[in-house]
Order: sequence, then structure tokens, then C-alpha cells
Amino acid sequence: MIINHPLLGPRDSAEFVYMGDARLIERPDPESDTVAEQFHDYAYLRDNPAGTLRELWFHEGGDRSWLVVTRDTRTHEISKVELARDVARSKGRSK
Amino acid sequence: MSGQMTQVNRLDGGQIDRGSSLKFKFDGKSFTGHAGDTLASALLANGVRLMGRSFKYHRPRGPLSAGSEEPNAIVTLRDGARAEPNTRATTAELFEGLTARSQNCWPSVKFDVMAVNDAASDFLAAGFYYKTFMWPASFWEKVYEPIIRRAAGLGALSMQEDPDQYDKGFRHCDLLIIGAGPSGLMAALTAGRAGKDVILADEDFALGGRLLSENMAVGGKAALDWTTQTVAELSSMPNVRLMTRTTVMGAFDHGIYGAVERVSDHLFEPAAGKPRQILWRIYAGKTMLCAGAIERPIAFENNDRPGIMLASAMRSYVNRWAVTPAQRVAIFTSCDDGHRTAADLHAKGVKIAAVIDTRSETPMSMDYEVLAGAQVINTKGRLGLAFVEVQQADGSMRTLECGALGVSGGWNPNVHLTCHQRGRPAWNAELSAFVPGGTLPPGMSVAGAASGDLSTYGALHSGAKGAADAFGIKAADVPTAADTPAKQSAFWYVEGCKRAWLDQQNDVTVKDVKLAHQEGFKSVEHLKRYTTLGMATDQGKTSNMGGLAIMAEIAGKGIPDVGTTIFRPPYTPVSIGALAGRMRGMEFHPTRLTPSHFWAKERGAVFVEVGNWLRAQWFPIEGETHWRQSVDREVKATRASVGVCDCTTLGKIDVQGADAATFLNKLYCNPFAKLAVGKVRYGLMLREDGIAMDDGTAGRLAEDHFVVTTTTAKAGPVYQHMEFVRQCLMPDADVQLISTTEAWAQYAVAGPNSRKLLQKIVDPEFDISNEAFEFMACANITVCGGLRARLFRISFSGEMAFEIAVPSRYGDALMRKLMEEGEEFDVVPYGTEALGVMRIEKGHAAGNELNGTTTANNLGMGRMVSKKKDSIGTVLSERAGLNEEDALKLVGVKPLAREDKITAGGHLMAADGPVDAAHDQGYVTSAAYSPEVGSMIGLAFIKSGDARMGEKMRLVSPVTDSEVEVEVTSAHFVDPEGGRQRA
Repeated sequence: MIINHPLLGPRDSAEFVYMGDARLIERPDPESDTVAEQFHDYAYLRDNPAGTLRELWFHEGGDRSWLVVTRDTRTHEISKVELARDVARSKGRSK
Repeated sequence: MSGQMTQVNRLDGGQIDRGSSLKFKFDGKSFTGHAGDTLASALLANGVRLMGRSFKYHRPRGPLSAGSEEPNAIVTLRDGARAEPNTRATTAELFEGLTARSQNCWPSVKFDVMAVNDAASDFLAAGFYYKTFMWPASFWEKVYEPIIRRAAGLGALSMQEDPDQYDKGFRHCDLLIIGAGPSGLMAALTAGRAGKDVILADEDFALGGRLLSENMAVGGKAALDWTTQTVAELSSMPNVRLMTRTTVMGAFDHGIYGAVERVSDHLFEPAAGKPRQILWRIYAGKTMLCAGAIERPIAFENNDRPGIMLASAMRSYVNRWAVTPAQRVAIFTSCDDGHRTAADLHAKGVKIAAVIDTRSETPMSMDYEVLAGAQVINTKGRLGLAFVEVQQADGSMRTLECGALGVSGGWNPNVHLTCHQRGRPAWNAELSAFVPGGTLPPGMSVAGAASGDLSTYGALHSGAKGAADAFGIKAADVPTAADTPAKQSAFWYVEGCKRAWLDQQNDVTVKDVKLAHQEGFKSVEHLKRYTTLGMATDQGKTSNMGGLAIMAEIAGKGIPDVGTTIFRPPYTPVSIGALAGRMRGMEFHPTRLTPSHFWAKERGAVFVEVGNWLRAQWFPIEGETHWRQSVDREVKATRASVGVCDCTTLGKIDVQGADAATFLNKLYCNPFAKLAVGKVRYGLMLREDGIAMDDGTAGRLAEDHFVVTTTTAKAGPVYQHMEFVRQCLMPDADVQLISTTEAWAQYAVAGPNSRKLLQKIVDPEFDISNEAFEFMACANITVCGGLRARLFRISFSGEMAFEIAVPSRYGDALMRKLMEEGEEFDVVPYGTEALGVMRIEKGHAAGNELNGTTTANNLGMGRMVSKKKDSIGTVLSERAGLNEEDALKLVGVKPLAREDKITAGGHLMAADGPVDAAHDQGYVTSAAYSPEVGSMIGLAFIKSGDARMGEKMRLVSPVTDSEVEVEVTSAHFVDPEGGRQRA
């Protein structure tokens, strides 16, 4: 597969390490009242759709960016590639 | 005996170099051929039709085809370490000194003992193995399988190391053209003239595809002349790369194609410095599949005798290689194409016994007999074809004498690569064949016969048009050529036949397919697996369609309703060597050496692989014959005076920025925010599920600068995790990370004289006395008169100890200096074994304890997990399931009898009672002989272990069949109060 890195352009997927569902960015609030349940779901539940999935890829053999890649798991078609940092900010994460 | 035979079946003409005479051997007999021959064409020229035996029945077989679709003529090429089994004689190029052996036959291809299977064929029908070798189960591995493997197998490996090199390479292009026949050449001309970067790949050693085998005109000249002229123009274009002997074997995601280039397979041995094969990864903007079509045979009784082959292959042998398979030839056809073969052979002076056409209306000939509405119903001949029995239109029988029979049942477009992304081909009723359909791999188009356009003009035209359409450029002018629309009708097998072969390599007959259906294997995927139809090395290129057609007929369905099996890469077999490339032996992964590696080698160190690293395991000295002698000595000397250990391999990560402390506070479960500058702290990282991930130290060199260490094994994963936290969880934090593992050479200097030794090299302005530089201090210093260094007062051994880091290029010099200056203290270098012994004696956890199942609580560090802050893993580390009252706790064990062995991996049971999983109390993770204790000791996880000090237990290991009595102790066997490391 070829991943169109937002900073570096098209790169072979062999340069990357895969970590699955990008929901891992959405780490629950540790102050929440239902913290145990939320962290349970965060640590153990993943979507595994036959279709579009937003997933995390780490450019280990490159600039070490974490990317969020939107990929169709049936066809491997990649419709979007974002810097995970930008996605995290858009989810309200900061420090 | 000279053994040399004349080339009795060689004709005039052809594209062989008659000026050359190449000697080769087949099954020990010497022959000659010419440059340009394949092994098959050269053998046929010498009158050899019998080239192998079939897989199951050991039937005599000769070539069916003249290309890579060959199921039968499979040989072992070359001798010794270069011997390559299962090579197709039809594609193996002839070279001087070639040797080949037939396979599947013993003692010889002409007299094969296992041919008895053929006589017993009534018992060896489809599913025979499944039905017979079922009981008892224990017989399968020891009795049945070895017998079956010996009896029914293809060629055997040489079992020697392959002496040749294989390479991998990467190429990029605007247009990849797969196949250099008429359509591929026109596509290359069109795109090449427009300046596109083009790769034209063909599995053959000559470009031209079918044009090399046909006696026809293109552009008003002989097809071969037009081909030569076109290839010359393409060769002159710098933007066109012609890749011969290159099989595009798979279409992968996003326009990536795998291709195997056989660089040296046509040579006796590779030229110096050249690889045998190269596996190319081709990144193509667009791709055109111009792979042509494969002729399909007709199944009839005994249709597998040597001499029976595809009519188009016969045409190739006659026109390209100037070889006739026999002096008298018959043709059996269901379409016009067979008649072309007859005409070409006749023109070359080969005697045509008759053309047997299944159709009642056929082209007639003035030159030879044509039997319309007739069928071949049987053949005869012991090791090769001698007679065919023909049923004529009026029902009368006739026997024709012939040494070869050309068979034509029409053509199947070569759709293989269009299906590699799970696209399914579409049925074309007019051709009675599958053509590319559904979703093609992105960027791919298909032209020529592969698309179902079976005329020469159609191929030329669609190739030019395909390339023009792909880029919106002008198509190259299409030369004139025959444009007779192909007419072919379905004729799969002769009615009433039984032992009529569909898959000749796996010995699957029409009867087998019918039997499979009768037994309920009605899906095409089941049929394939039950009968093994299409599962041989040729992947059913000439047999799958026949099987499908018979299935459809029995089921009363149309072929498209039965469907096809899935085509998968590779298109033709790929050698493991090509897939491995240079990743063999020590090159399987990179080997990382520390800066003082060569110093350690000089000292005679024994090395151990730790991940990609080589680390010194111990340093034997004269007189030591057993590793324990060396290790015990290194431990004792270190604890008595001073020892030095290379710990460069530990991961080192530089963390800088205003938020560095906040960041580490999130990563480590214990507090880090308030660590003072100039101090080091032990840190434990958890995974988000609460399990321990890794441990190490972090030293604060400045307010905004930390140096984090990880274990050797986890350096990569921890760095990745840290980047995840930084980018995905704390995107606005002012933190920068960089791995500096390779930038610093680092050495542990341990033992009561460690300070004295270091004081000799640390520059005098730096005070490293206990008062000025206490336990867990760190500092930037200089050594040896100004060399910058980092000093950490940390201890893994439990002794007074330091770790000193210098820039990598000074590592070797520093190690030599430490040895030199340490002489007065009898300094020793120690390896990973002594390191392990000392950390076990001290009760420090390592990889065996941080094994992916243990928590801070298990490790006895439960109280380290800060409740005052959130860090990765703290929430789930508090789960009830991880904190039960009888949770495992890290403790020590030692044997009651000094001489008893502590076995790592052994399980602990109560002093009496049953020994079984239900009564399991824990397990030993690390074990070593402790010179300090004077016996073996171990670290163990035991249920409520911390409350069971002094308890006698049994350590059992069913694997080593041992049971010893042990006592539960503190994990700290040495200096439990920690006085030494603070001295």
C-alpha cells in the first residue's frame, strides 16, 4: 500500500507500523464518574468494520509522525491521511 | 558410447542460432541444441517426447505447451547445490552444459516402479487420500504421510545451501505493460513516443509474444520483422525500459506490482557479482495487462500421452524453434485455430495424418485430409503417442498413425492478474470464455487477447488505444494485420470418456470431477480441494475451465453460474530465494555492534544476540573451560573490587522541552514532576490496561532536559509509545523526543572500587565523592582531560556503581582506558550473564519479570503507582481482578539442599498435596547460581508471596521432570538494606 503522508508525500506502507483504530486518541477523562467503564471500553473495545476505518499508523522508518489513515478495509482504498496531532487537537486534546 | 543423438526433428528456419551448438544432458544422456532453444524444444528436436511422470499415477508425460502454463514437462534443472526442482522445460533456456533430470520416477523415466498406481487407478480416484488414510489418527504423521510424500511428490530439494545471490529492487513508472505481444508492443510505442516512463515486462527471453510463433504478416511484412523493428525503436527510447525474463507475478495494492527478473537462470552460473534473480517491486501509475491468451485442451480418453500437445504450442515449436514433435502429426480441434497449425506444419514439410474437427462444417484443405464432425476417442502408445482412434461423423471408427497430436479447444483470455484484488471475471458467451470483468486493480486496463480481442489486428489496435486512453495521448498508427474475428465454441470433452485428463500435473480426470459432484462436492471451491484440480504448480492454467464446464453440465447450470475459483499471486511459482533476497543467515536482520565490540572480541568474549544487538555474554580467561567458571569469577571480582559492563544497548531517549517533566509524569506511573535537576529516578511504565510495559531510569540534566533509559528489548516499542503519548494525547505539550541509543556509548562501572577507578579518569574539577555525588545523582561532566561525558550513579548490581556515557566514537577508547586504569584494582569486564546473576541476587526485575502479564502490584511496586496524578495505566491498574488478596508477588526462592537446581519456568506447589494446575501457587521467572549465596537462587511470582517468607514449597518442572524442595525468601539475596549502593 502507499500512504500519502501529509508532510512527506506518498510513502510505502512498509515504512510504517500499524496500530489499528484511531479511537485510541480519544483517551477518556480520568476525572470522570464512570472512569472504570470508560477506560475498560477504551482499552479493550475496537471497531473492526468491513468498510471505512480510521486507523493509526506510525512512520517508524521515516519522520516518526503518527498518522490517522482513513482506509476501506475491503479494498484498501485510502481516502484521507491526517497528522494524528491535528486530529487530537480537533478532538480538544491539548497538554 | 558417445550418447550424442542427432536432432532428428529439427526443421528449417526458426529463431535459433544454428551457428551455435550447445551440449546438454537429460537423464544422463548427452544431446545438442542451439542458442534460442528451450530445454523442451531441444529435447523435441532430438526426438525426446517423454520428459516426466505424473504426480499420482506416474503416467509418462511430455510437454503440453510451449510456455509457462506447462503442467507436464517439469524437471530438476542443474546438479548439486544449484539443483532446482520443478522447473518447466518449456521455459528453461538452453545453455552450454545444462543438465536436467526428470522427476517422479524411479528408477528411470522409462521404467517407473510407481506406475503400478496407474493400474490401481480404480482405487485412487478423487478423495482417495481423504477416504483411506483416516484411521488411526496416530498413523497419519508416522506412517501414511511419509509414504504418500515419497510416492507422490514433485522434485526434491538439494538440501544444500544455495550458492547464488538474490536481490530486491524498486522501480517506478508511469505505465507498466505486462506482456510484450502485439498489444503490449503497441501500448509501449504509444506511451513511449509520448515521453511517458514505460516498463515493458515479459516472462519470455525474447519480446513479441505470439508474434514470435506465428507465420503471418503485420504492417505488410513478416510478423517477426515488424516485431524486430518495433523492439529496436523501443530500445532507442531512454524513457522505455524493456524487461525480458521478467514475470509480473502479482498485482498488489495501490498500483504496486511484484515482478521476478531471472537475471542468470539462462546461464550455467551467474556472472561474478550478478544475482541469480531479482524481485522487483514496481510502483506503476497505470498498468496495462497485455498477457494474451492460453489455449485450452480438449479432454478425451488417454489424452495425456507424450506427443499430445496444444496445437498453438506445436505452431510455436515449428515456427519459432524449427522443431516438429514428430514426423507425422494429427490435429484435433473444435475451432479454426487448429487448422492454422496444420497449415503451418504442412508448409514446413511435416506430414499431416489428418485434421479431426468436432464441427460438421469446417475449412477444407487440398493438402491433407480433414475429418469433419469427428472426434478422437482414444489413443495408444506405451511411452508416447503411436495411434489415435477416431470416431468419424458416420459413426465408423478409424485408427490414424501419428507421433504427435495437436489439440485446440479455443482460447482463454489470460485474466489472472485482473483478479488479484478479488475482481471476478465475466463470462463471454461468444467466446465461451471468461474475460476481465468486475473491478480491476486500480489503474489497470486490459488489451489484446487478454481482454478477449483474439485477432492480431484487434490486439495491435487495443494496445495502442489502451495506452492513448490512459494518458489522453495520440495512439501510435496501427499496422495492418489479420482481423478475422475469432469464432470459438465450447467443446470441453469427448462424450463417454473416463480417464480423460483435465489437470495433467495433479492427475485429475473427467471421471474424478463427476465423482466429486456425485459425492456432494458441488461448489467449485470444494471441487478444487477435493479433487486437487488446478492446485498444482501450474495453478490449473490449462485445466480449470474444463473442470468448471463439466461441473456446470452435471449441475445443469451455465458456467458463469458455477463461478470460478479465486486467482491469487503468484502468477507462476516464485523461488524462496527471490522472496528472501539478501535476508539470509546473518543478513536476516541487521546486526548492531556496540562501539567497544571489537575490544570485546579481542578479549575473547562470547557473544549473545539480544534483539539485533550482539552483546558480550562472558569473557573467558585462560584455564576456564566452562561458562560458569567465567561468570562466577566476573561476579565475585565485581563484588570484591570493580567490574565494567557495556550497557550501550539499553534504549536512551532524550526528552527536552518546557513540558518535559509533565510529559514524563504522564508516562511513568510513579511521580516525576518534582525530580530535582541532577537526580535520577527509577521509573515504571504501564500499558493502558494496567500491566507493566517497561522500566528504566530517567535522569534530569536540566529543568527542561531528561535522559530516559529503556530495556534493550523494548527500546523501539517504548519510543513509539512515547511518540504516541506526545502526538496523540498531548499534542500541544512543548516536548521533543529523539532516540540517542547510538549516540552514546555507556558503561556500568560497579563494585566497591568503582569510585576510585572513575576518579582516575574524571577531570579533577568534578567531585564524585559520596557527599558531592550521592546515590541516584547524575551530571554532565568531562573525562580524560575534556571529553564530554554523562555520569549517572545508578546500580543494577546492588554494588556502589556508576554508569558513564561518552559520545559513541570514544566508547572503544574509554573501555580500554578503564581496563588500563583499573589494573591496580584487578578490574574485570563482565558480560550479560554476570549482569543477570547480580541483578537476580539483588532482586531487580528484568524482562523475565516484566513479561507482559505482571502488574506493579505483582512486582512489589504497587505503592509506587501514584494516586495523586493520572498516568498511562493507573486507572485500570486499580481493577479488582489485578488486586485480589492472593495476587502473585515477586519473591526469592532457594533450594533446601544446596546442590538442587532451580528451574526457571518451574511451578511452585505447597509442601504437600496434589501437584496439578488447580493447586499451582506460582512460578519461577529467573534462576542463576549465586556465588554470594553458594547455591542456585531464583526469582518467583507466588500467590501472596510477600506473606509466605520462610515457607517450604516444592518446585516442580514436568518439562525437565524435576521436583525439588525450596524455601521462600526475600527477592533481595544481597545487601537487602541497600548499604553498598549508597556507600
